[in-house]
Amino acid sequence: MAEEKTEKRMLSVTANPHVRDSITTQKIMLYVIIALLPATFFGIWNFGVYSLVIVIATVASAVLSEYLYEKLLHLPITISDCSAAVTGLLLALNMPPTAPIWMCILGSAFAIIVVKMLFGGLGQNFMNPALGARCFLLISFAGRMTNFATDTYTGPTPLAMIKNGETINTFTMVLGRESGTIGETSVIAIVIGACFLILMGVIDLKIPGSYIVSFALFYILFGGHGANPYYLTAHLAGGGLMLGAFFMATDYVTSPITTKGKIIFGVILGILTGVFRIFASGAEGVSYAIIIGNLLVPLIERYAPLKCFGYRKPEKEVKA
Amino acid sequence: MKEGSAAERLYNGLIKENPTLVIVLGMCPTLAVTTSAMNGIGMGLSTTVVLALSNLFISLLRNIIPDKIRIPAFIVIIATFVTMVDMLMEGFTPALYTQLGIYIPLIVVNCIILGRAEAYAYSNGPASSFFDGVGMGLGFTCAITLIGFIRELIGSGAVFGMPLGNLSDFTPTIFVMAPGAFFVLATIIAVRAKIIDNIEKKKGERLPVKHTDEDGIDCATCSARATCSGHMGTEQQ
Repeated sequence: MAEEKTEKRMLSVTANPHVRDSITTQKIMLYVIIALLPATFFGIWNFGVYSLVIVIATVASAVLSEYLYEKLLHLPITISDCSAAVTGLLLALNMPPTAPIWMCILGSAFAIIVVKMLFGGLGQNFMNPALGARCFLLISFAGRMTNFATDTYTGPTPLAMIKNGETINTFTMVLGRESGTIGETSVIAIVIGACFLILMGVIDLKIPGSYIVSFALFYILFGGHGANPYYLTAHLAGGGLMLGAFFMATDYVTSPITTKGKIIFGVILGILTGVFRIFASGAEGVSYAIIIGNLLVPLIERYAPLKCFGYRKPEKEVKA
Repeated sequence: MKEGSAAERLYNGLIKENPTLVIVLGMCPTLAVTTSAMNGIGMGLSTTVVLALSNLFISLLRNIIPDKIRIPAFIVIIATFVTMVDMLMEGFTPALYTQLGIYIPLIVVNCIILGRAEAYAYSNGPASSFFDGVGMGLGFTCAITLIGFIRELIGSGAVFGMPLGNLSDFTPTIFVMAPGAFFVLATIIAVRAKIIDNIEKKKGERLPVKHTDEDGIDCATCSARATCSGHMGTEQQ
């Protein structure tokens, strides 16, 4: 100890962050990719080989668009941080299993170039690129994006069936043997991936938890079926709720930082999803709910700002 | 080019101070009616007529109009011409008139027209004011026709209303909806700015930029000039 004191040390003064850690963007993105694999493989097994083609095409074109954009504009190439691959994979999981390849490429290019790179690249995008692209495709090609009829499944998605008053099997919904987009059907596969991310410390339960709980409460209050477990399970397991709550609402760039902000964000998403599913004409509303929530994040962060290190609440004046 | 001459005014409206792409005025019709190139031309030309005539008359009447009530006076003059254009279009081009709908009467509140009346016609002679109106109007027409052309091509796979094969099966419809207007407008503004930037760089002449701080205080007269290093960079250029 005495030696250390006498030793002359050069202290460098830099701006924050000062924490040195082995966690890098690349590592986090790789964890997310690993966590998405169960849902991806389940989707491929569920819908057939063509889904694999969609996944490969979407991921490859997302990475390629980022590379080409940065090459053309003489920017540092950032494809090695894997964020483009994550965006591509999330978009692929949001595609119907019948999507034509050109549509996947168009969606990936839109996600990366318009939603992400034009706003300054990773960390600057104001909404989740994969969801931005999904909504872009949904508005542009409504018919193709909602065509879920494959060889195995010919009917509409379970949520659409409930909306039409038909009966569904909630057990197969939880398993995922049903029609829908490639990655959204199996609750089990998604939850396995989500548990991995939570264990690795990449995401926490604040946003998904408040999102799912507030959606369930909203559904019980306004869904018209009360706390009927049949409808409640169907709505929680159906559509993109689980995939959206665990993998897209938790996107670091487009969600609030503080605990208070995260919970407000989750509740807003839950209410919006409920409003879209119950009162809107379509059966699903998770993607619109999340991108609208993304737009509200700056406002939420003004209400729930990060406290400065060492900040103390000013003590109340005690009356003598 | 001589300041205020017809050619200078036309160049100013079409290129240098293009109302849509540089001054970014008249956004309401720019975003709302440019779903096809034909709509753009119709809207642009009717605005040009109103703009040229209202500029001419405001310039002729500029010495009579009292300063305090000039805005109401401008509006009355503009509204007169808009009503005439509105009735003429209803009579002679009923199809286009139904297409453009409410946006024809709304030319009255188009910022370009009021803006040129206030910024140019009220303080300049009738001839140059008239050509200022024509130049600005044509600049507006060209810009919104271009936006309409691109949106129509990408969004509904057609050129001036003529479908290109079965291209419309593969075109993203979002481009003929509201978001598409923003995408296309933003891209055109960016590309134009880039091109002008490159031309200026090649010529080696830049517009002199007045260097000011965040509060808009001119650096040359700033009291802290001696100790501030902010102005050094600009002076060395």
